[in-house]
Amino acid sequence: MKGFTAHTGVALPLMTDNMNTDVIIPSREMKRVSKVGLADGLFANIRYADGKRQPDPAFLLNRAEYADASVLMLGRNAGCGSSREHAVWALADYGFRAVLAESFATIFHDNCVANGIVPVALPRATLDRIADWVMDNPSERQVTVDLSAGHVEADGAHVFEIAPLAQRMLIEGLSPIDLTLEDRPLIDAFTEADRARRGWLYRAGQG
Amino acid sequence: MGQTLYQKIRAAHEVRRFEDGSSLVYIDRIMLHERTGSIALSNMIDEGRGIMTPEMVFSTIDHIVDTRPGRPDGTRMPGGQVFLDEMRRTTGQLGLRLFGTDDPRQGIVHVIAPEQGIALPGITMVCPDSHTCTLGGLGALAWGIGSTDCEHALAARTLRIAGHRQMRIRLEGRRPGWLTAKDIIIHLICRFGAGFGAGHVIEFAGPVVEAMEVEERLTLCNMGVEFAAFTALVAPDRKTLDYVQGRAFAPRAEDVPEAEAQWLALTSDADAAFDRDIVVDVSEIAPTVSWGTSPEHATPVDGLLPGGPGLEAAYRYAGLEPGTPILGQPIDGAFIGSCTNSRLSDLRCAAALLRGRKVPDGVRAVCAPGSTAVKLAAEAEGLDAVFREAGFEWHEAGCAFCFYAGGETFPPGARVVSSTNRNFEGRQGPGVRTHIASPETVAWSAVNGRISDVREVLS
Ligand code: SF4
Repeated sequence: MKGFTAHTGVALPLMTDNMNTDVIIPSREMKRVSKVGLADGLFANIRYADGKRQPDPAFLLNRAEYADASVLMLGRNAGCGSSREHAVWALADYGFRAVLAESFATIFHDNCVANGIVPVALPRATLDRIADWVMDNPSERQVTVDLSAGHVEADGAHVFEIAPLAQRMLIEGLSPIDLTLEDRPLIDAFTEADRARRGWLYRAGQG
Repeated sequence: MGQTLYQKIRAAHEVRRFEDGSSLVYIDRIMLHERTGSIALSNMIDEGRGIMTPEMVFSTIDHIVDTRPGRPDGTRMPGGQVFLDEMRRTTGQLGLRLFGTDDPRQGIVHVIAPEQGIALPGITMVCPDSHTCTLGGLGALAWGIGSTDCEHALAARTLRIAGHRQMRIRLEGRRPGWLTAKDIIIHLICRFGAGFGAGHVIEFAGPVVEAMEVEERLTLCNMGVEFAAFTALVAPDRKTLDYVQGRAFAPRAEDVPEAEAQWLALTSDADAAFDRDIVVDVSEIAPTVSWGTSPEHATPVDGLLPGGPGLEAAYRYAGLEPGTPILGQPIDGAFIGSCTNSRLSDLRCAAALLRGRKVPDGVRAVCAPGSTAVKLAAEAEGLDAVFREAGFEWHEAGCAFCFYAGGETFPPGARVVSSTNRNFEGRQGPGVRTHIASPETVAWSAVNGRISDVREVLS
């Protein structure tokens, strides 16, 4: 996974509350046993006007000035619903590098971090101001997410908070599995002690 | 200060504590299904990673499998066969248990986990599926994860989790006989909002929860994620222990006393502190149905639809108007199934309302039992005949109409009363208008051909 320090790009101010992962990528678009090739299905239900995949001009991403968007803006409870990581893979596959929202559903938030997308929580009033500013001229008024500095630059600089671990993983592009396997001795020691404490679990279902 | 139930389970599984308050926690058991599990497993094979403890992994096929009687196709999802094939290939290659369609233990992951004794009180469980929180009904700390976390749990038998805020919801008051766990949880989400549980672990407690059957507690916890909670749980009690005992992957008979002694200690201490402690009087709750496109868009079945800003899109999708009654809305479909309400107790309650009655022409009604074991048990009591005679299709076990993956669905614009947990736009198919409700409300609405109030027949 690529490390992330700062990213500047076109923002897509959808601003929707409770944007669920079924909308980010509908189930029928998840046709592959793979994490790539999902960009086409991103937002399919609201992006295409009918079954024939005609771009719906009412949907912002279909307008030329937003087509290269890489910073998604949502309202509260972003990424709620199904735990499907495809939602984040589809965003990444399209080219999104950050999501700005008032609040995040936990699973979606963690999936973002695991896949190199920066989840940025900001107050609603700030998000609304940024959205207004962007919409005046989306291609010129690009948004910068500076993860090392912990701020967003748009109409001005807006400081955001992110958990230190998430920040480090994103910046270093670390795989969480490799990070944990450094603790293998601790895990093995836990197993041994646990086997004495909860022998019933280790013997359960073994006939 | 005392500890909460959640803190006790978490502490007993903590392998390492980090400075930021997060911990590496031990994962006791993992469940997988073909829709997401196949991706995690094939990715692990591609990356050359091994599974730390294969015997603690349990997989099944439920999400996209054809549930029509006899399963004439592998799947009705266009292009879906690859998920079934990959699940068989990867579990075979990695030496994992798979409860496939030819296995009597097959079923919806969150239904078979309690049924087979895979979910147990006090253990940690994960599955790449958001409704894993269901298992909190047994007192397990169980939560849904993404594929990357799933690979992590498989490869390292642990997951790193943040510190969570804690909320207790105490249910009190007299519970009318017709009031279901489903009504209660939809009511709570409607009343407090679908984002209310964000970052929290919810413990359901109080006399109403204590008096509930275990399967009702599973229903209650199932929708914890619709509350945006990390997960939900209920302290295990004697009822839980009796429910668990003797199941295939539960402790062996000689181990039961030791296990039970540990489980019964899993209650929140009297002086444990919660970030939020809420008391709700259930005697004020009516049968509750959703009307819009979020579980928080719900109403007492005899109420008028609410007004308010920001609801226009939901009303447009639902084809309804604020200020009008939901009661009496004609329906086109009815579905009884899903990990929320497809266990034997649910089918019995629904069948009691269907017996001797008939779904009118023009309403397509389907029941998909949550597991093959539930289906066989229901058939042994003759429930399948009750459903069929009432005009329901009697399907094989699986997720079926709970979610749309390009296969089986109702026609666009169809109004469907459904015992499922999500009423998102398109959840059951393009344009399908889902009204989530209890199995009783689904059954009673189905035979009336319109959204109906179970209090007309139940006392
Ligand atoms: S029944 Fe529905 S909610 Fe439950 S696991 Fe299956 S698809 Fe998910």
